[in-house]
Amino acid sequence: MNKDQVLLNYVLRLGDNALILGQRMVELVAGYPELEEELANANFALDYMGQARMFYTYAGELEGKGRSEDDFAFLRDENEFHNFLLIEQPNGHFGDSIAKLVLFDSFYLLLLEALTRCSDNRIAEIAARAEKEIRYHLRHNAQWLVRLGDGTEESKSRVQESIDSLWQYTGELFAADEIDQVFAESCDGPDLEAMQGQWHINVKAILDAATLTMPEDGWMASGGKQGRHSEHLGFMIAEMQYLQRTHEGANW
Amino acid sequence: MVTSTITREQVLEWLSEVPDPEIPVLTITDLGIVREVTVNDAVVVDLTPTYSGCPATEVIEQSVVDTLRDNGIEDVQIKRVLSPPWTTDWITEDGRNKLRDYGIAPPAEGGSKRDLLYGKRAIACPRCASQHTQVVSEFGSTACKASYKCNDCLEPFEYFKCI
Repeated sequence: MNKDQVLLNYVLRLGDNALILGQRMVELVAGYPELEEELANANFALDYMGQARMFYTYAGELEGKGRSEDDFAFLRDENEFHNFLLIEQPNGHFGDSIAKLVLFDSFYLLLLEALTRCSDNRIAEIAARAEKEIRYHLRHNAQWLVRLGDGTEESKSRVQESIDSLWQYTGELFAADEIDQVFAESCDGPDLEAMQGQWHINVKAILDAATLTMPEDGWMASGGKQGRHSEHLGFMIAEMQYLQRTHEGANW
Repeated sequence: MVTSTITREQVLEWLSEVPDPEIPVLTITDLGIVREVTVNDAVVVDLTPTYSGCPATEVIEQSVVDTLRDNGIEDVQIKRVLSPPWTTDWITEDGRNKLRDYGIAPPAEGGSKRDLLYGKRAIACPRCASQHTQVVSEFGSTACKASYKCNDCLEPFEYFKCI
C-alpha cells in the first residue's frame, strides 16, 4: 500500500470509529432515565457525528472520486467499515454503555492528542477540535463510572461485569497494523505501543477511584480494523442505512 | 460580480447583522466565528465552527451567502477553518454583554480552560449578579450551555460553557 492509500485508509478508520460510536449513542436518544443524561448523551453523539463528517469529507477529497460523507456512511457494506470491535458492541445496560465509553474515550483522547502533532495538517486540525470535546466526554463518563462502581452492591457488581466483558476488545486499540505503521513513519503518527502504557495508567486511576478491579490482559479479540466484525455491526448499519438503501439519493 | 467599491469593512458590517440561529441575540461576529474576509474576484469568508457537531454550521453558512447576495454580491465562497479551534474567548465584549442581558451567563474568561470547564469557578447570576449559584445540569438546551440556578434570586439560568 502506498503512502496515499495509507492516509486515505487511516482517515476512513477515524471516520468509521466516530460514526459507529455516534450511531450507537443515537440509539439511546430519548431512552435515558433522566434529563441531564439524555442531553449529555445526545450532545456527545452529536460531537462524534460532527467528527465523522469532517473525517469523511477529508477522505472524499483524498480519494478524489467524488464520494461524499453520506456515501461513506450510507453506501458501504459492513466489511468496508474499519472501526474497532469495542465500539460496535451493543449498548446493553447503562453501566455497559458507560464502561465502553470510558475505555474508548481514554484511548481516543490519547490518540487525538498525538494526532494534533502529526504532520498531516488536516488531521491535526480536526484532532485539535475533537480533543477538546472528548476531554469533556471522558470527564463526564468517568464520573459516572465512579458513581456506579463506588455505589451500591448491585451497581458495583454489574459495572465490574461490564468492564470484564469489554476488556477483550481493548487489545485491538493498540495492535498496530501496516496502516498504523506506515502512517506513523510517513506522517509522524502516534506510537500505539507507547500509548498503551499511558492508557493503562489512566484507566487504572479511574477504576481505582471507582473501587473496581482492573482485569488481567487475556485473549484479545481483533479484526474490526481490517473489516472483520462481530455480528452486531450488520444489524446496526442495516438500520442506519435503510433510508438511503431503499430510496437511493433521497435528500431534503 | 464584485465591484471595487466593496471593502472588507463593508462586508464585515453586513456580517455583523447575521444572527446565530441558536442564540439569535448574538450575531456571528459577536461569537467570533468570522475569522477573515477577503475581497478579490469573489468574497471569501472564513468561518470557524464552534463544535464539531454544531447543527447550526450549515444554517450559518447559508445565512452568510444569503446576506451577501442580498447586498448584491453574487460570488461568495465560504471557507471552513478548523485551526485554531474556536474558543469562547473569541466572544466579543459586546457579545458577552448581550448574552448577560438575554439571561445567559457569559463564559468565564481567561485562566486555565480545564479548571473552568470543570466548574471550579463561581458563575454569576445574569439577573442579580449573585455568585451564590449552583449547577443543575451540565447539559442544557444546546451543546454549549449548562443549566444553573441562583440561590439568591431563585431564578434558573443558562451558562454558556467555557471551552
